[in-house]
Amino acid sequence: MLTILFFGHLKEIVETDCLRIELSQNKDSIDTVAKLRKLLQLKGNLWTEYLQYGKALVAVNQEISNEDTALNDGDEIAFFPPVTGG
Amino acid sequence: MSHFTHISVQTQDFDFAHEYQKLRDSNNSDGALVTFVGLVRDINLEQAVTGLFLEHYPAMTQKVLNQIVEQAREKWQLGSISVIHRVGQLCVSDQIVFVGVTSQHRQSAYHANEFIMDYLKTQAPFWKKETTTLGDMWIEAKDSDLDKSKRW
Repeated sequence: MLTILFFGHLKEIVETDCLRIELSQNKDSIDTVAKLRKLLQLKGNLWTEYLQYGKALVAVNQEISNEDTALNDGDEIAFFPPVTGG
Repeated sequence: MSHFTHISVQTQDFDFAHEYQKLRDSNNSDGALVTFVGLVRDINLEQAVTGLFLEHYPAMTQKVLNQIVEQAREKWQLGSISVIHRVGQLCVSDQIVFVGVTSQHRQSAYHANEFIMDYLKTQAPFWKKETTTLGDMWIEAKDSDLDKSKRW
């Protein structure tokens, strides 16, 4: 199971805080961030546009990650826009 | 007392004098204490701002702030460090963030304070949503902030 979180503007655009994806159903397909991003973008419309690489940053287990970062069962993956604190 | 690191993400306000005093009391060897406070402005991009909501990613925020403070300690010889960032609903002129750094001489404290703020603004998972007279608007990240963080 992967837990996928959304924050900031992106959370409102995709109208979702949190999603879970069972890995057993997609075992071969979702082993990197790039593949997860692609799968989520298949939901279409705003998902395709706003989850684009460069538009939505990604953290795996609370560490900023890149497209090649490997995903494992139990990981928490967060997608969010560039940060604006301070 | 001895040197400390204090990092807090909180909804409640902070008392500047109290935070300053804690840093001052932490030791007698540091001759410099630099503080920064960020406030909610009443105008942004020519829009009147009436309030500010701050969202964050709790599990990640603490980790990132710890990493930023550790990086600062690797770069400069520092004494005590205090970082407080507020989340939730804030009003115009409210305090958002406090960064206080002590060091033996002023240059390290000045640089480290600026470094912590520059990194916090580009790395820590906080997002600001402004309430304006034209409706709510998520603030977009600025390239200028990214440029500032790259100079270190």
